[in-house]
Amino acid sequence: MCGIVGLFLKDDALEPHLGAMLTEMLITMTDRGPDSAGIAIYGDEAPGRAKFTVQSGTPAEDFAELDTDLSAALGDTVRMQVNATHAVLDCPAEKSEILRAALATLRPEIRMMSRGTTLEIYKEVGLPKDVADRFGLANMGGTHGIGHTRMATESAVTTMGAHPFNTGDDQCLVHNGSLSNHNSLRRRLRREGIHIETENDTEVGAAYLTWKMREGASLGAALESALDDLDGFFTFVVGTGDGFGVLRDPIACKPAVMAETDQYVAFGSEYRALVSLPGIETARVWEPEPATVYFWSRSATPTTTERAA
Amino acid sequence: MQTLDLQDVGLRTVNATLHAQSEQTNQTAWEVTNPRGAHAIACGLDAPIEVSVKGSTGYYCGGMNQQATIHIEGSAGPGTGENIMSGKIVIEGDASQYLGATGHGGLIVVKGNASSRCGISMKGVDIVVQGNIGHMSAFMGQSGNLVVCGDAGDALGDSCYEARFFVRGKVKSLGADCVQKEMRPEHLELLTSLLEAAGIDADPTEFTRYGSARTLYHFDVDNAGAY
Repeated sequence: MCGIVGLFLKDDALEPHLGAMLTEMLITMTDRGPDSAGIAIYGDEAPGRAKFTVQSGTPAEDFAELDTDLSAALGDTVRMQVNATHAVLDCPAEKSEILRAALATLRPEIRMMSRGTTLEIYKEVGLPKDVADRFGLANMGGTHGIGHTRMATESAVTTMGAHPFNTGDDQCLVHNGSLSNHNSLRRRLRREGIHIETENDTEVGAAYLTWKMREGASLGAALESALDDLDGFFTFVVGTGDGFGVLRDPIACKPAVMAETDQYVAFGSEYRALVSLPGIETARVWEPEPATVYFWSRSATPTTTERAA
Repeated sequence: MQTLDLQDVGLRTVNATLHAQSEQTNQTAWEVTNPRGAHAIACGLDAPIEVSVKGSTGYYCGGMNQQATIHIEGSAGPGTGENIMSGKIVIEGDASQYLGATGHGGLIVVKGNASSRCGISMKGVDIVVQGNIGHMSAFMGQSGNLVVCGDAGDALGDSCYEARFFVRGKVKSLGADCVQKEMRPEHLELLTSLLEAAGIDADPTEFTRYGSARTLYHFDVDNAGAY
């Protein structure tokens, strides 16, 4: 069992409150996932710059002088904002590959949580409330975000086993359920050269999407093919630079509730995750259909693609 | 009318108070305010009382109900009315998955839609849904009646025994061993009484009856090779 929350704002006036709204939703889902929590938040974008969220088990050592060291390696300005065990780095977009290589050499213990231009991912082991407090999630603003509370079933309770998982630039995945063919799929994806760090089933799901998109599929097409290739139970919520999507497996035993008003589209594993949202009493509330890909985007009208189960 | 504010007194007090009502209670009308999607509201009641829940509920509202009438003035989460024995549950909004699972008796009415696995393994409960129902509904249904005024999803009545299904709209697909059946006068009479009990205005002649073809009751030796 796990808990998922998601919030996509239509009303710009709510953007400064995104973190506070998501945090409240996330904490409501503590019963569904008390062992770790994470949040993906789509916030500010600096034109022409790439953004990375990185994590360290020993932040005091690893983050010390990191921006200076990276700036020297890139021959350009690298900015860093440390937030507990995480730090957000940014550099000129064209130098992002150099930064990744330099990071691996300079601080091999540091792990990449996200890359893109707007996405930041924060995740740690612990009660959702403690994780949210640690990173000050409630003070973050943004256009949309996804949160996850984890009750581990398939692999160890570790930071890297927590969700969300980064699947590509500004893309992330959270999962409620369990995949049963993740071992064979992991071997196959590693043969394809996809980096998979843990024994976690969801990381394999994320890596699968990364691989499909590397082979040319759109995110929507990658999700649709996941219905054929992933065996097991899943409710997925995916975040992209300009929106979010939802997909449930054909059996759809993992719960999902959505709510929509003029101000937002919200996702919760349960209705109680949504009860504090403004106007929820009059919102359109429904359950997403099984084997159907839903997308809400800031740049296009919402889409629904139903696939035969 | 007795009022219990769930956010004030908490779930245990709400349920303990309702459990304390006996068959002879003169406090027969209760309302539960601020449910906010909480789990297991008004579970395990066993008294002829009426409980109105003022909003949407989470998992298992009205589970194991006996005698009581529970009115949910919102939508209901997964497993609502699970293993209901008697009494009545009315849901004004939609119902989530496995509504009335394994229910032995009583009546559940949904004014909106019900999700997947509605009436799974039903054992005598009557369920009347004004809207549509999701996939795998009434899987292994043993007895009781499922009435759907809208459409039914995939695999209706898969592996069912003697439960009866009445659907007014389309059925996306029938499950294994579930077949369309003739609507005889006794079925029209039964359906009329179910719709009346549910307070739903629909013409019984517009419904189609489905039920078990009874081919799975006994092992067919011709299928031995499949194992």
